[in-house]
Amino acid sequence: MNETTAVLESRAYIFWYGPAQALHDISCAIPTNAITALIGPSGCGKTTFLRSINRMHDLTPGVRHSGDIQLDAESIFAPGTDVVALRQRVGMVFQRPNPFPKPVYDNVAYGPRLNVLAPPRELPDRVERALRQAALWDEVKDRLREPGTALSGGQQQRLCIARALANEPEMLLLDEPCSALDPIATQRIEELLVELKQTYTIVIVTHNMQQAARVSDYTGFFYVGHLVEFGTTQQVFTRPTDERTEAYITGRFG
Amino acid sequence: MTGRALRRHITSRVMTVLVIALSFTAVLALVLILGNLVLKGASSIDWAFFTKSPVPAGQSGGGVANAIVGTGIIVGVAALIGVPLGVGAGIYLAEYGSGRLGFLVRFVADVLNGTPSIVIGIVGWTFIVKPSGHFSALAGSVALAILMIPMLARTTEEMVRLVPHSLREAALALGYPRWRTSLKIVARTALGGIVTGCLVGIARIAGETAPLLFTALGNLNFSVHVTQPMQALSLQIYVYATGPFEDWHRLAWASALVLMGLVLIISLLARWVTRQRYGSIR
Repeated sequence: MNETTAVLESRAYIFWYGPAQALHDISCAIPTNAITALIGPSGCGKTTFLRSINRMHDLTPGVRHSGDIQLDAESIFAPGTDVVALRQRVGMVFQRPNPFPKPVYDNVAYGPRLNVLAPPRELPDRVERALRQAALWDEVKDRLREPGTALSGGQQQRLCIARALANEPEMLLLDEPCSALDPIATQRIEELLVELKQTYTIVIVTHNMQQAARVSDYTGFFYVGHLVEFGTTQQVFTRPTDERTEAYITGRFG
Repeated sequence: MTGRALRRHITSRVMTVLVIALSFTAVLALVLILGNLVLKGASSIDWAFFTKSPVPAGQSGGGVANAIVGTGIIVGVAALIGVPLGVGAGIYLAEYGSGRLGFLVRFVADVLNGTPSIVIGIVGWTFIVKPSGHFSALAGSVALAILMIPMLARTTEEMVRLVPHSLREAALALGYPRWRTSLKIVARTALGGIVTGCLVGIARIAGETAPLLFTALGNLNFSVHVTQPMQALSLQIYVYATGPFEDWHRLAWASALVLMGLVLIISLLARWVTRQRYGSIR
């Protein structure tokens, strides 16, 4: 791996849901081609922060923010920013698998079709590539015409990953992608993420600390809206500098 | 068996029998109507009934081809006007209607939904028939469309609201603009329900009489000109049933049977569409 260069940088980012402040002064740099895990108890702002990165809060009424988040040294909130282009660069996978009730093939082809990334005749290749990247091709290559919703839960989640990858993003955000899956499906996704970090920058929110320790290179610990600690996973898990981090990862609360 | 268990057992039995009896009473109404129509109308239905126009009063024979075609045209044009407006309003209400305008539109739709259809007929007469100087099928279509729009707006809204929020998010996260998400993902996912709603709405207006009395008026001759008065099955039934001739009464029964059959077919179609929809999700 190269020198770790930060592609995404959060600068004193603050976020409110109406009168309730959800994030306090979040500053961190997410390194490229690595997996960054965001851990912390429920309701501490991990997902709120993750969803800020591709501006999924845009349609939520009554929210506001200050500070800045920069992608490749450009503010994602700058006036004139093309949100569509931003979301194409920053893909997202949600907590529950949410394939469209359409054929497997169409699920994956949706993004490239919208963003006109490729001429239509190259679409089948792209779909295949994305499904291979998501380690799903062998299981669905004969079922491309079946609805995505007919797959198993773990397959559906990998389909959602393939759908995001088909957009050729630079960055992949995953919001507890394994919380609705069994241990075997979880393991497959984890292996997949480790493979994908060669090509993508990955940020994953997880409640599962073993998962964070297993797959991530960097870890950020959120506590009541503060980013308490951010560092390499090894450092955070073995030599945490903040006692709240230590208390959380050793299971004294959570 | 203890006294308490016995009492519970008896109550359960009595209630079950009661519920079954009530359901049968409800179904009985439909059976009686259909049975009566078949009994009195079926014998008058022959090829001429569907292909010939009415003959002058007093003569026997003739059919109601003009009314069947008229109902088709009037309801068809009403659907052309009403479906886009109603479905569009419904999608708007579900996707963007959380503000004051949405509240207003919803309120107006509910009031319109409760408005007696004869009032809608008078509206059609006031705004189209009177200014244009003559009754017309088009005025009838507009009146029926006005009846249909609030109905469709509300059912479409319900159907669109059923689409899980996670699907919207998935599309938005892929970079879909909001309007395209609404149309391509949300409305498409709800399509089965929306089509069912449209068919039920069409079935409802196909049998309406009152709004047409003031607008399409009726026409004893065969006509396909939408700017002229036109016959419809419901109007035909009204005129023939209240007329003095035995032959007319016979045709009225037969027309009623055909109209009922038409509505039944549309309802079955709606059922089928709904089944297809749930079939595709499973």
